[in-house]
Amino acid sequence: MTSGQTRQHRPRAARKRPAEPVTITYREAMRAAIREALQRDDRVFLMGEDVGRYGGCFAVSLGLLEEFGPERIRDTPLSESAFVGAGIGAAMGGMRPIVEIMTVNFSLLALDQIMNNAATLRHMSGGQVGVPLVIRMTTGAGRQLAAQHSHSLEGWFAHIPGLKILAPATLEDARGMLWTALADPDPVLIFEHGSLYNVSGTLPADAGPVGIDRAAIRRPGRDVTLISYGGTLGKALAAADRLAGDGIEAEVIDLRTLRPLDDAAIIDSVSRTHRVVLADEGWRSGSLAAEVSARITEQAFYQLDAPVQRVCGAEVPIPYARHLEQAALPQPETIAAAARAVVG
Amino acid sequence: MAVKAAGRASSRNHDNPIPKPELIQLLTPEGELTPHPDYPLELSVDEIKSLYRDLVLVRRIDFEAIALQRKGELGIWASLLGQEAAQVGSGRALEPRDMAFPTYREHGVAWCRGLDPVKLLELFRGVNFGGWDPREHNFHLYTIVIGAQTLHATGYAMGIQRDGAVGGEDGEAVIAYFGDGATSQGDVNESFIWASVNNAPIVFFCQNNQWAISAPLEKQTRVPLYQRAQGFGFPGLRVDGNDVLACLAVTRKALQAAREGQGPTMIEAYTYRMGAHTTTDDPTRYRLSAELESWKLKDPIERVRQYLIRPGLAKEDFFAAVNAEADEIGARIRQACETMPDPEPLSMFDHVYAEPNALVAAEREQAAAYISSFMTEDGAR
Repeated sequence: MTSGQTRQHRPRAARKRPAEPVTITYREAMRAAIREALQRDDRVFLMGEDVGRYGGCFAVSLGLLEEFGPERIRDTPLSESAFVGAGIGAAMGGMRPIVEIMTVNFSLLALDQIMNNAATLRHMSGGQVGVPLVIRMTTGAGRQLAAQHSHSLEGWFAHIPGLKILAPATLEDARGMLWTALADPDPVLIFEHGSLYNVSGTLPADAGPVGIDRAAIRRPGRDVTLISYGGTLGKALAAADRLAGDGIEAEVIDLRTLRPLDDAAIIDSVSRTHRVVLADEGWRSGSLAAEVSARITEQAFYQLDAPVQRVCGAEVPIPYARHLEQAALPQPETIAAAARAVVG
Repeated sequence: MAVKAAGRASSRNHDNPIPKPELIQLLTPEGELTPHPDYPLELSVDEIKSLYRDLVLVRRIDFEAIALQRKGELGIWASLLGQEAAQVGSGRALEPRDMAFPTYREHGVAWCRGLDPVKLLELFRGVNFGGWDPREHNFHLYTIVIGAQTLHATGYAMGIQRDGAVGGEDGEAVIAYFGDGATSQGDVNESFIWASVNNAPIVFFCQNNQWAISAPLEKQTRVPLYQRAQGFGFPGLRVDGNDVLACLAVTRKALQAAREGQGPTMIEAYTYRMGAHTTTDDPTRYRLSAELESWKLKDPIERVRQYLIRPGLAKEDFFAAVNAEADEIGARIRQACETMPDPEPLSMFDHVYAEPNALVAAEREQAAAYISSFMTEDGAR
């Protein structure tokens, strides 16, 4: 069976009138997305460590086992390579698995399956075999989990051809990216920053799938472009608030999709503001921020009025002590300071 | 031709059922001695009293640490509650020259290796990343990554072999601790293969506490864990993990075999995680209290107390003295924890590389400048 097959899905029930917005957390929005996918497509199932009885290490799948049963909400042994590999096999066989890796740190145990298998099988089968697999994982630091449980490795994965990499930073994207990812014929990795799960806000009750191929302007401005994504977006927006107090109007770009990058949106903003600060929790050397910076230099060098600045995670294993960890990560203050420096 | 109505629907109906596991036990939950012909254990009353003291003190240390975490003094704590006998029994089986590779839950083994429990609190408070010298106690730093230490231990054991320290009167051995959940990890299975084919002097000590966070044993295995060892080519056995005497006897024998060059043994210490996986976990979400209650009847400390108290081997003053010592240790480590100095902000740039590194130095300088921008004129922050 090839992955090209599709099945008729039930059309969504027509709504009589626009529903009232609902207050919802990022965690609940993600859960609503998983629930919708399970309801809409019987090929979808969720698999991972502690996703069933425990409801997920970050409580994303709480209640789904009771709702959908153990065939579709599958607790696995502590075998990352096995359950990612099995997800690849299921996807090749026509299913639409959502594999949850507890955190990005544990994805390293499945790296061969992700990189050497999921990402390459379409190419190495001459287009015969696709892997329509979605892998969700928590990423990032900030919760006192120390050096082995605080990585931001989405930039690594964004290095790999064959994969699509998403970083939902908003409630809309937490709610909407999953379905679009499941509809994609190729493997899609979704990175959920651990600091976002408790973030609360409102969503239209009929919020649904969103595109996964464009960056978004989260705050318009004319003086400097702050480029960020995922868990650092909120810090960039907080920095923009501070800058506004100094009379600096910062534009904040949310990359949303880390591979492929939306060059046009980046270059368009830079061409209007002429100054850029990149905020990325990943380590600076060889980072996603380095890649974006290189593209700006390649495509908009003559638009720049100041060198591109990066605010990244300190190049140390992430400390465990709270105050050290906070000092090792980009913060609104440090992003704002970099912005002030380029605005001059 | 007759067609056999095979029960295909249930793959558990094998013609050759999995052999019923044998549990090695020397002291019943009621405190009765049940000698085992293969594991003779000659201990004086004082030695058993000493084991009792170990059990009580490590439980108290654990209790204090949980309380400290709840007060916000520790970031996290992984409780050993219920596993005291497995850890003290195996820990006391070690000779000083043997090397132990722990997980993050081996506080009882740490105690047996002579490590001050304050060192454990420093680690979980974030004051340092392992403030003890592994060589001083022949007790490696805690490993956080599930199962990774089994490979390190295997490599270390092969190093011992290469150094010619196996065999003879003063042979050395290695013990690798891990849990039931870790047995599903590739690393652990690969360490079994390596230890086996190299005949490495190692004891694989699996504390099967029945739960890998929320994943119960039946999500990890269909055969008793110790029976896996046979497939890898070395002996495996299951011991009552709540029986400190059995854990001591079984581990002693396995370590001696390793020291003599007879290769690896896997010990499955059958026990129960009475508390949460760590202080971030809530086990009431996924397991029944009836199970917990049934394990309370197999408590590792109570059975030793029963053994000592009934024939009058120990009097109330002994138990009171142990409790008083536990109170003292509790107070000492609590006070030590609360007065630990916060690490200096710039210390996060330490030990990224052994030698000076330009990138790290530049970031350190940048951070120092940033911090000093908050200083008042008299140098206060």
